[in-house]
Amino acid sequence: MRSLALVMLQIRYEQKLYWRSPSSAMFTFLFPILLLVIFASLNYGATLRALGGISYNQYYIPGIVAFGVISACYSNLAIGLCFRRDSGVLKRIRGTPLPPWIFMAGNIGSSLVVSAILTVLTTAVGVAFYGVSFPGRYGAFVLTLIVGAFCFCSLGLAITALIPVATASPAIVNGLLFPILFISGTFFPVDSGSWLARIASVFPIRHFEEAVFTVFDPRVQGSGVRVGALLVMLVWGMAAVVIAVRGFRWEPLRK
Amino acid sequence: MNGPRVAAIAVSDLRKSYGPLEAVKGVSFEIAPGEVFALLGPNGAGKTTTVEILEGYRPRDGGSVSVLGMDPERGGVRLRERVGIVLQECGIEELLTPREVLERQAGYYPSPRPVDEMIALVDLADKATARIRTLSGGQRRRLDLALALVGDPELLFLDEPTTGFDPQARRHAWDLVKRLCKLGKTIFLTTHYMEEAQYLADRVAVISGGRLVALGTPDSIGGRDTDVAQIRFTLPDGVSMSELPLAARVDDGHVLIETADVTRALHALTAWALGRDIALGQLTVARRSLEDVYLELVGR
Repeated sequence: MRSLALVMLQIRYEQKLYWRSPSSAMFTFLFPILLLVIFASLNYGATLRALGGISYNQYYIPGIVAFGVISACYSNLAIGLCFRRDSGVLKRIRGTPLPPWIFMAGNIGSSLVVSAILTVLTTAVGVAFYGVSFPGRYGAFVLTLIVGAFCFCSLGLAITALIPVATASPAIVNGLLFPILFISGTFFPVDSGSWLARIASVFPIRHFEEAVFTVFDPRVQGSGVRVGALLVMLVWGMAAVVIAVRGFRWEPLRK
Repeated sequence: MNGPRVAAIAVSDLRKSYGPLEAVKGVSFEIAPGEVFALLGPNGAGKTTTVEILEGYRPRDGGSVSVLGMDPERGGVRLRERVGIVLQECGIEELLTPREVLERQAGYYPSPRPVDEMIALVDLADKATARIRTLSGGQRRRLDLALALVGDPELLFLDEPTTGFDPQARRHAWDLVKRLCKLGKTIFLTTHYMEEAQYLADRVAVISGGRLVALGTPDSIGGRDTDVAQIRFTLPDGVSMSELPLAARVDDGHVLIETADVTRALHALTAWALGRDIALGQLTVARRSLEDVYLELVGR
């Protein structure tokens, strides 16, 4: 009970910090919305022959939903924790009785709040303004988002172990993210037989994109759960947990 | 609660190396409950390493350490609930306010002090709801202290708590620490300011090259209480040094007499001056300062 109250306390203050910080609110929250509006408006009315003639936005908006979760979990956690590690905030927290796992749970919980808001917002904008139809597969949607959030929160924590100084974190975090986002078909479909798609299939982003698109795909029958894709994300997430547990640093590297 | 009082901190033959560098080479001391203990030493002497081992931030390589009866490497939450830490200059979430970080931190402890009381204690009432990034260096340091105190700790670590303070703010902080020891708190202090150690500490230890080179009260450490005292004054024009009743020399524009027997020396001197109707200008009697002793101990 007390642990839960502490997690809620942490989430509350993490949320205050998040919305007061222009860089996190700008890059991890507004960026997915900005990308949604730009590409969805540019391609309004376009259809994708390769996907049986469905509209571009029916394909693109689910991709942005996935990107929102990746942004709120992976990018936000990784960059935020690196800067707080270098400034000494994490060291300060280690000197208090707050258990480390509760601190982490608070950070992850806050990322989940942001993910949920982004998901609702991007889906609603897609449905209201860009003609996207949501087939009502709520169970599959929530399950896919939870697995995605787990995978990308873990990756966000793990990658901090590979980042030497906070000032390098935006370049490393985004430098890894954006090439993979592109080849994973986030902004336009990448043919699954192509070598780009084969490279992308090694990483979890393409699987997440496909899993979210499947939930939205009007041609799909049944539950809409992409079990294979979710399993790949789970494996990545668990590997990342191992790296995070072993390699997470609470203090900056010694000079 | 009868029986012998257990030491608040007991350190025996503490050792720590970073690679080939031996930072702490066998340090031992004990701190009694309610004592203010100051650890002095130049940068790189092993001071911060020692403090951070006691605070539970670093594992030791050898020796035994007990903090409030627990091993700081294994004390975890139970130990941290009873300890307050002011780290050397350490970042804080600048987009929160002092009240917010204090309220959050109070939530980590089983029986915290009221946040308003802490804000008043460190004199931050007019900045309580301002973003921390608008606080001055001294105000941030006072916030650090409030954060360390909000859990009502028995033991307080203050690592260079007044660095960057102006003299008035420093005196204010000292008064605060004095009040804390009246409440029975044990305080472990590191500082670069000798006046701070002199004013606050019950006992002082000097660390140099990873070893304790002296340990004692601020007034007796390094033989301050037993070695010679210095009498300084100026003579009026026309009175020559050779007329003085005691051996003296000139030092920095003053007459200087060094003596182990201050009472007799002063008597002889003032009797001589009165007999000739001479005033001894700017007359002072001083022992070597803590700083003089410190500089000698750490080899300047």
